[in-house]
Amino acid sequence: MLFLTCPNCGVAAEETEFHGGGEAHIKRFSDGSDDKQFTGYLFDKKNPRGVLFERWRHVYGCGQWFHAARCSATLEIFGTYSAQSIEPPEAIIKAVRKKRPDWKAKS
Amino acid sequence: MSEFKRISADGEVTISQPTLNGMVTIRADLTDEKTVTAIEQITGMALPSQRKITGDLIRGLAWMSPDELMVFCDDPETMTTQLNSALSGAFLVADVSHARAVFLLQGDGTREVLAKGAPVDLSPEAFTLGDFRRTRMGQVAVAFCMTSQSPDSFGLICFSSVQEFMFEWLVTACKKGSLPAYL
Repeated sequence: MLFLTCPNCGVAAEETEFHGGGEAHIKRFSDGSDDKQFTGYLFDKKNPRGVLFERWRHVYGCGQWFHAARCSATLEIFGTYSAQSIEPPEAIIKAVRKKRPDWKAKS
Repeated sequence: MSEFKRISADGEVTISQPTLNGMVTIRADLTDEKTVTAIEQITGMALPSQRKITGDLIRGLAWMSPDELMVFCDDPETMTTQLNSALSGAFLVADVSHARAVFLLQGDGTREVLAKGAPVDLSPEAFTLGDFRRTRMGQVAVAFCMTSQSPDSFGLICFSSVQEFMFEWLVTACKKGSLPAYL
């Protein structure tokens, strides 16, 4: 069971109040992109064992999207942050590094 | 408000549904001072802080999300018109009275009843007067708030399409002798 804190409304709740939205920080390719880029955008998702960044939506709560950093092996949540960010903020990276010193950002 | 669509008083908690309940949703930039002043003036209520409600589910102003409020009032049509003419810029004001249902729960076991279906800490230390929480009850999206203490009374809103389910759910959850007396 995941226990997430929504950065939009401050509620700390278990995962049934939320809904996962897949990999975070992906670039959307639509108009003007070629087939390869579009296929990549749609299907080629990272599925790392360890630290990953995801999109989540607080469906049963405030209805807003946010980002979460968690570990796919231990289900540990490192932190949640605004959906309006194109990369994980410094504080989140620090929190990840604290617990996973050998983690590399680009894997 | 004295008229009720239905009342169930057989259980540990009295559940009633008011016949008429005006609800107006506002989506606007709540960090904008002009917007906030206009809303406070028209509704006659102070802007609630995060996850709080001013008043109750009959007359009140509830915090729904960082850019959303819900007004509970007697006359939603006038409220909608007034808000529409007072606000400016990007905003939405909509009368949702017929899209939502309100339930009033009264009795000291209300915390236990709600805790049966919502993943929320409802202990007296964690959930207090004026708290407003959007969550789920069973599998239904709801929001509830605490409006008075001893006897505890709570208000709950859900979509009107699931009001029958919600009412039956609440009646079942508050059957005599079914409360765990945990909270």
